[in-house]
Amino acid sequence: MSEQTFTTVGTRPIRHDGVDKVTGRANYGADISLPRMLHGVVLRSPHAHARILSIDTTRARSMPGVKAVVTGRDIPLVQAKLAMGEAALDLRDMGDNLLAHDKALYHGHAVAAVAATSLDVADQAARQIVVTYEVLRPVLSIEQATARNAPILHEGLKTIGRPTIETKGPTNIAGKLELKLGDVERGFTEADVVIEREFRTPTVHQGYIEPHACVAQTGEDGRATVWTTTQGPFVVRDACAGILGMDAARIKVIPTEIGGGFGGKIPVYLEPLAIVLSRKAQRPVKLVMSREDDFRASGPTSATVIRMKLGAKRDGTLTAASTSLWYEAGAYKGSPFGAGAMCVLACYRIPNFFIESYDVVVNKPKVAAYRAPGSPMAAFAIESVMDELAETLAVDPIAIRLKNAVVEGDRAPYGPSYGPIGLKQVLVAAAAHPHWKAPLADSQGRGVACGFWFNAGMSSSATVTLNADGSASLVTGNPDIGGTRVAQAMMVAEELGIEVDRVRPCVGDTDSAGFTDVTGGSRVCYATGAAVIQAARDVKDQLRARAAKIWDVQPDAVGWNNGCALPPGAAADRQPLSLTELAPQMAKTGGPIVGRAAVNLPMAGPGFAIHICDLEVDRGTGKSKVVRYTALQDVGRAVHPGFVEGQMQGGAAQGIGWALNEEYIFDENGVMENAGFLDYRMPVTSDLPMIDTVIVEVANPLHPYGVRGVGEVPIVPPLAAVANAMHAVTGVRFTRLPLSPPRVLEGLVAAG
Amino acid sequence: MAIVYLPHALNAYTGGRSEVAIDAPRVLELRAALERRFPGIQAELEQMAVAIDGQIHHDADYERVEQRTEVHFVPRVAGGA
Repeated sequence: MSEQTFTTVGTRPIRHDGVDKVTGRANYGADISLPRMLHGVVLRSPHAHARILSIDTTRARSMPGVKAVVTGRDIPLVQAKLAMGEAALDLRDMGDNLLAHDKALYHGHAVAAVAATSLDVADQAARQIVVTYEVLRPVLSIEQATARNAPILHEGLKTIGRPTIETKGPTNIAGKLELKLGDVERGFTEADVVIEREFRTPTVHQGYIEPHACVAQTGEDGRATVWTTTQGPFVVRDACAGILGMDAARIKVIPTEIGGGFGGKIPVYLEPLAIVLSRKAQRPVKLVMSREDDFRASGPTSATVIRMKLGAKRDGTLTAASTSLWYEAGAYKGSPFGAGAMCVLACYRIPNFFIESYDVVVNKPKVAAYRAPGSPMAAFAIESVMDELAETLAVDPIAIRLKNAVVEGDRAPYGPSYGPIGLKQVLVAAAAHPHWKAPLADSQGRGVACGFWFNAGMSSSATVTLNADGSASLVTGNPDIGGTRVAQAMMVAEELGIEVDRVRPCVGDTDSAGFTDVTGGSRVCYATGAAVIQAARDVKDQLRARAAKIWDVQPDAVGWNNGCALPPGAAADRQPLSLTELAPQMAKTGGPIVGRAAVNLPMAGPGFAIHICDLEVDRGTGKSKVVRYTALQDVGRAVHPGFVEGQMQGGAAQGIGWALNEEYIFDENGVMENAGFLDYRMPVTSDLPMIDTVIVEVANPLHPYGVRGVGEVPIVPPLAAVANAMHAVTGVRFTRLPLSPPRVLEGLVAAG
Repeated sequence: MAIVYLPHALNAYTGGRSEVAIDAPRVLELRAALERRFPGIQAELEQMAVAIDGQIHHDADYERVEQRTEVHFVPRVAGGA
């Protein structure tokens, strides 16, 4: 499959949506505006943990210009789950997160919402809502949540344990997963070196540039239309329908352009509220989160505590691992603790291991997916310890990884054997890269780390319509975050033998596209791409049939090559008919040509990466700067290498921010103290060097072109790559992120 | 017969057995056969993804299970959504 030859795939055409985006014509969530539209404001809890005793909306409702006020009573708590491919959304928890019913479970938890004729009036009305709270002690860490006599967030919460575990009384531990292989104790006995460390990562946010925003319009017939910035219009539709008890056919969701999501724009935070407000007011309602709202009340990713013990023989061969992973879920169950358990040892062959992972509720916003959810924190732990192992044994850190790297046929820690994978290939490429041997200044150090992610499959649909002039339209249901429109158009162009510019790719709404799972899980180019290719091949088959009709031969006898139908032997005197010759004859030969496909694919097969980071550290201030960075990754097949490189660079940049500066800082009452980009420090262009990329292509047999998925793996290695570089330059093994100047300085002072 | 690998996480049902051979045409029947052998396990298995010869399916009920197929039950990848 690697030897496939392509005309369009592998080239770098300009994205179809590029001009609209750089000229400001593209419409994002907050750009939508309708006649008679009202503006909504959400009132949020000032307490991280409090029982709601009463809510009095009388004064707010009587204010001029106020058209609707809603509280938790307007959002039913339905006991149902919404299947979503890899995950299931708990609609009861989601409904309670939309508007708190009995308890406010984090600072910023929505308790009421107002729609009024202006934002100012809505804001003033929200301030007139009187909420009486019984303030409770907040739970703000794994230690606090699991302490004896800890305050309990949910009285009815029971630990779902695999294996089943006995829980005595109320708990904040929502889930536990164990994975095991071999005899761990014996494995450690066989080891010449054993390293054990505890690692901590803070709550961090995806930091997408566009906050959540939507407009809902509900008609007299109860039908609703929602414009929203989302990774999954069908998830929004089905979540709104499930929570509000509406038929899915009564809701149409129109995805706007999206300014980043990274997993954070899969849950609904505003859309059901906007529908309910619009239904009450009988006018369109717009809700937009501020950046502060977004930090406080959308889903960041888990803070973690991870204990890691690793044993190896003197020659570097790993013999045993034992690890305990604790993930904060925020206010409701559902952290990526399972994924973390499955990822943590996935890069290496370890004959004996024990992994336990926990899902713990705390009084912080409910976590959402964030790019390879659960994997970066786990990689921080294992890759830091691998680095220490290499140092202890005085072996090259890439060589020790190569010695233990998984290859095709090895079993993943979660059970099945790996198919074709590219970890060894990326390690070999890293060892051969000029960066690895480049000289460093005295104040600089170099670190490496590997990363793993599954890459999802799930359901996708695609429709390709041929136009009479030989151009084509493509409709799919995935909002375009990372250049997927152009990648899909390239697939149609490749199949039909036309130029990419002659394909118009469109992100459809829930009425015009077939059901498609979210833009997430690194799945769009793989799963939706497979549907697109299948739909384009459907068009080709129909074109062959039209040529057969013209030539009066059997369709099966007609071949296709290079954009042309080829005559069979029985019509050898005929000239091949090109797509541009056949397209104008559609009406005469049977009517419009519309290709369609719908697929539900297995997971794509894992992606692996290794990153090399050079860090310069000022020992006087603790400030550090990434001076050189190289990301190497197996992507299966790079359809549009420019956007593949963009994903690798973007993931690396986010991971570097996570490593160096980003963290939610809470006071003792659970109030986030840095809910803005001035104080929540994400890297900006001037902070980073140009991130070099090396694309490795080990074709994925589950995709017609070998696509594997690219978007998530690159955020996995940077946490440890940066920390390992920090160790290389300072000699201090930092186990707690972020490596902000005060923490580094503290570490340097402590080390003397 | 398919070779079914039973995860450590389901020890409560399997008594620590890690591997069984099951004759079933599809995953649906395979799960039912496991339920007959390890009562109570089916409800757990229905919440897990199924790896068939290394390919992980989330909706595997009607997938064929051939002779000597390796079947693993795998926790679903859920990520805080």
